[in-house]
Amino acid sequence: MNPTLPPVLGSQEAEPHAPAPTRRNLLFKAGVALNAIGALLLGLPLIGFVFSSFFHKHLGNSWISLGTLDKFPVNETRLTIFRNPFTRPWDGETADIPCYVRQLPDQKFKVFAVNCAHLGCPVRWFEESGLFMCPCHGGVYYSDGSRASGPPPRGLFEYHYKVENGELFVKGGEMPTLANPV
Amino acid sequence: MNTLRSIALWIDDRLHLTKLFESTAGHHVPASAGSWFYVFGSATLLCFVIQIITGTYLAFVYVPSTNEAWTSLQYLNQEQYLGWLLRAIHYWGSNFMVAIMTLHMIQVFLFGAYKYPREMTWISGIFLMLLTLGMAFTGQVLRWDSDAYWGLGIGASIMGRLPLVGGNMVHLMLGGPIIAGETLSRFFTLHVFMIPGFIIALVSIHLRLVLSKGINEYPTPGKPISKATYDAEYAEIIHKEGVAFVPHAIGKDLIFSALIIVAILTCAIVFGPHGPMGPPTPARVDTAPRPDFYFLFLFAALALLPDWMETFVLFVVPAVLVCIFIALPFISPDGEKSYRKRPVAVLTVILVMLIISVLCYLGDVAPWSPKMNAWTGDPIPVAFVKGRTPVELRGAAVLQAKQCRNCHSLGGLGGERGPALDDVASRLTKDQLVRQVIQGGGNMPAYGKNLNPAEVESLVAFMATLHTGTNPPARDSAVPAVPPAVATMR
Repeated sequence: MNPTLPPVLGSQEAEPHAPAPTRRNLLFKAGVALNAIGALLLGLPLIGFVFSSFFHKHLGNSWISLGTLDKFPVNETRLTIFRNPFTRPWDGETADIPCYVRQLPDQKFKVFAVNCAHLGCPVRWFEESGLFMCPCHGGVYYSDGSRASGPPPRGLFEYHYKVENGELFVKGGEMPTLANPV
Repeated sequence: MNTLRSIALWIDDRLHLTKLFESTAGHHVPASAGSWFYVFGSATLLCFVIQIITGTYLAFVYVPSTNEAWTSLQYLNQEQYLGWLLRAIHYWGSNFMVAIMTLHMIQVFLFGAYKYPREMTWISGIFLMLLTLGMAFTGQVLRWDSDAYWGLGIGASIMGRLPLVGGNMVHLMLGGPIIAGETLSRFFTLHVFMIPGFIIALVSIHLRLVLSKGINEYPTPGKPISKATYDAEYAEIIHKEGVAFVPHAIGKDLIFSALIIVAILTCAIVFGPHGPMGPPTPARVDTAPRPDFYFLFLFAALALLPDWMETFVLFVVPAVLVCIFIALPFISPDGEKSYRKRPVAVLTVILVMLIISVLCYLGDVAPWSPKMNAWTGDPIPVAFVKGRTPVELRGAAVLQAKQCRNCHSLGGLGGERGPALDDVASRLTKDQLVRQVIQGGGNMPAYGKNLNPAEVESLVAFMATLHTGTNPPARDSAVPAVPPAVATMR
């Protein structure tokens, strides 16, 4: 049989070691190559969609008002919430982010994230002893946010703040972690 | 009758049912494999099937939206007819699945079933274990309550410790900058579509390998196997004493599986569904997040490890463990199979289970966590204030009001973060007490800024009374001791 002719049905049995290249062979290789390109074209947007955090930042932190200054008495620590600047309509209360505000003398502030620097659990403020205590692994912080005891590797995460027109603003929008300490 | 018979034969001929049965359920296994030790694999699969069925039905009602999920779970518990029972079966089914899977793995390890030629059966099992744990974690996230919310916070904080890519990984895990809308959708997709899909695919491979490489014969102590001869030996076993899995070797599996169904149902009816706990409102900080029991050991380890070791243990140790698991059949591919001749294997299992159990127990009691409401909820027992002077009583009030009890217990009540104060005066002198209170140290915060001198004075006066008759107060070694006889005379 002439190898340059297209093989006919049943020719494989007759000729198990068919010499290459045949048209079938070529079609197979071209088919694989085309599908590989197709998979790549399909795969790139899929990967981009899932791993969008690596390619595309939604929104940086932005300034959020915490309300007027009289909400925060001097030398006291208050728990307050702000609506996260980046939300979706179905976020519900999960986008109401809590933080602790302490007004120091001279209109200076300390605004702490509630997330423990150890593993992110919510620290609780105790006015009487002037301590923040974490319910998870027992991290404790002083009223200025510095680490007092326990496993946290650093003090509480602190938001940047500014005072404008008698209102306190903080720069927030992201869950504070060791990688993004606000 | 003949018509029915011919219909049955036609169906069998077209669908190859008899051939399918002979090559799957009816395949021949060593008679010795029909043992009570060999029932855990099928029981794990049964749990998975129960999970799929109950999970699918729960998805009829559950709403994977951050705003609605918690309410839809309450609806399942309270309003939906038998919703509570389905939630309870799904919860207890997951617990049983993790527990029986562990037993299956221990049995396979102790019976040397991972050895030649079943390496891939073992390795596919390792990935099935990881996926099952993935189901457990994503499942507790879908219980969208305060524990789920802060559990994600812990997960994100762990991710945030990754060098270089930490920030991006947090975004990838949470589906955005905070725990909110896309986070739940993401975990719902993982729990309901992706991981179950992978599990079904891997279970298919796992079972296919059981068919093609055979089930491990009950090992005989003192009869090591070798790669060169095993295949022939196994063929001989199947030839000589092989029995059809169905119906001759499946009996014990069936009985055990039925018992498991009854056990899951009993637990579900008696103990009911788990949660949801408080709503996933981040502003409600008066919560003490705890993971489900399968992750309590990790929760405990993170409290007990030295700071510098944590990130290493979180990322490197799991990877090393998975590598060891995968490498196991290549490290020890042949030789002795029976646990009776493998003391190191038995000791390893005992040691690992002891470590995990002790850590889980510690994670459950969490003595390192301050007891947040001890200062308001646990009064000082009467015996500790009886007969005290006014200054000492004032000190007792300071001890209570300054939240000392959150970490220190009196009469067994209060936190266990710090030492119990029942007989603190027999350990520390008054001067040492003052120093400890003001400067802190040894994992105790310094209270110098939060106590005025009068408060310190009274607090120490009270603590100096905290000793028993048999344990006299500590004294400064520079001051000569007063002989006991003189002390009683005074």
